[in-house]
Amino acid sequence: MSIDESTAARVAKLARIKVEPEALPALAQEFNTILGFIEQLGEVDIEGVEPMTSVTPQNLRRRADVVADGDQQAAILKNAPDAREGFFAVPKVVE
Amino acid sequence: MTELNKLGLADARDALRKGETTSKELTEACLKAIEGAGALNAFVHHTPELAMERAAAADERLKGSEEAPAMCGLPIGIKDLFCTKGVPSQAASRILEGFKPEYESTVSQNLQDAGAVMLGKLNMDEFAMGSSNETSTYGNAINPWRRGNEDTALTPGGSSGGSAAAVAADLCLAATGTDTGGSIRQPAAFTGTVGIKPTYGRCSRWGVVAFASSLDQAGPMTKSVRDAAIMLEAMSSFDPKDSTSADLAVPNFEAALTGDIRGKKIGIPKEYRMDGMPDEIATLWADGAAMLKDAGAEIVDISLPHTKYALPAYYVIAPAEASSNLARYDGVRYGHRAKLDAGDGITEMYEKTRAEGFGPEVQRRVMIGTYVLSAGFYDAYYNRARRVRALIKKDFDDVFAAGIDSILTPATPSAAFGLGEMTDADPIKMYLNDVFTVTVNLAGLPGIAVPTGTNSQGLPMSLQLIGRPWEEGDLLSSAYALEKAAGFVAKPQKWW
Repeated sequence: MSIDESTAARVAKLARIKVEPEALPALAQEFNTILGFIEQLGEVDIEGVEPMTSVTPQNLRRRADVVADGDQQAAILKNAPDAREGFFAVPKVVE
Repeated sequence: MTELNKLGLADARDALRKGETTSKELTEACLKAIEGAGALNAFVHHTPELAMERAAAADERLKGSEEAPAMCGLPIGIKDLFCTKGVPSQAASRILEGFKPEYESTVSQNLQDAGAVMLGKLNMDEFAMGSSNETSTYGNAINPWRRGNEDTALTPGGSSGGSAAAVAADLCLAATGTDTGGSIRQPAAFTGTVGIKPTYGRCSRWGVVAFASSLDQAGPMTKSVRDAAIMLEAMSSFDPKDSTSADLAVPNFEAALTGDIRGKKIGIPKEYRMDGMPDEIATLWADGAAMLKDAGAEIVDISLPHTKYALPAYYVIAPAEASSNLARYDGVRYGHRAKLDAGDGITEMYEKTRAEGFGPEVQRRVMIGTYVLSAGFYDAYYNRARRVRALIKKDFDDVFAAGIDSILTPATPSAAFGLGEMTDADPIKMYLNDVFTVTVNLAGLPGIAVPTGTNSQGLPMSLQLIGRPWEEGDLLSSAYALEKAAGFVAKPQKWW
């Protein structure tokens, strides 16, 4: 499986990372090196093996469905690059 | 008394309890050592005032009580990956520039509650992705060790490179680290220090910046196995805020250090004898096995047949989880936001912010993770890797079921290498640093790196012991026996 420049561009788009067109060939090559390394997994007989979901045999705990925390608007907004009137501010989303 | 910053945790604790020194004196000694060690670039955020405040409080607590916790008054460093309230915590990434958490990670809170004194935050690879501390936004941390009389700057390893350098150079008595594929044990091995990654679920992940959630674990980096036992106990807890935290009592790990390993079965896995293994590593390993045998253990040849597939499985699973975890860095809630051009919308904001904020290795892994999770490849890559992971864990389950108590392996394929030496190599070469450690993360097991010798250039080298899940006490005791037998006491010559 070989990754070409357009696939690299698509992956960058999915990952929401801007990659300049001139950087795409090198990126595609790096992907191919890493994926080539990963290809070894194809040699393993995985017939009948379930994908691991939890490394320790445990069930995720449940908690009561009640409000346990809250009222921290100021603390939550404290580190925002742009916060206004109690909200996070972002560029216009809807035309 | 020796210089106070050179003490380990156990000795400093004992001196405090006997009234031979104070937390303030210990803390001042460390702050002075840190001030003189700028060249190592280990501490990247300094909190001297906070440290002296906490030292004063610890001294009060020590005066008032015979029963102060073991960590009370002991100055330590905290890896930048741990969120610390009001103190910069940016995972060595530009994207978290300026971030000062409004909360404290459970592990650092546990240490603080026990009276430990935070000296500052420690350098690391960006988002803990790296094996040489060269991906940090703060620049490289430098290993205090050098090859003979050469002045080539060596890596302290990664990702907990700052922690390892700081402990080895006696800038603090101990430090926290985190380990996703070897990030505690490899830097410990490169610096002649002790590092343990506990069983997955022993230390809470809450408030630790997430890299790969099914693999990440915090642990201590210390000057001795006893210190590791003391600090691991203080870091561990059941935490309802981490859904994978184990609801188990935390044992007294120090009390488990009998060093009596008579009758223990130590496995030597044949698959770890890699092609091209340097003679000095092979000799170190054989010597370690002989030491444990002399101490009364039974050495048993074992097989972990899927070992070869651990690194490729890791390089699917870890990037997949990272791509998901790092989706939160969007320039909205915290950290860096790119300057936008007129007409830029929210997508441009995400894309520019993440391109500016993430370094090349982080970008590479996020995109690999995105690819292996994308439609059409999820089964071929991600699910296949998770099935291989189940087989890797089964390899360990089988040998433990056959009566093996712990497993002895080299910790790293080489001693510390020079900074920049891997720059031109492809990424896989760097990834191979974790070849002996990554299996342990995939299987969720505890593993400890113990320095047992030096190479021909005088650099420290370590062996790794791998234990049964939840039996860190037993593992630490075996490590203690190995430490005693090896008698490793070398320290780096001060040049900084």
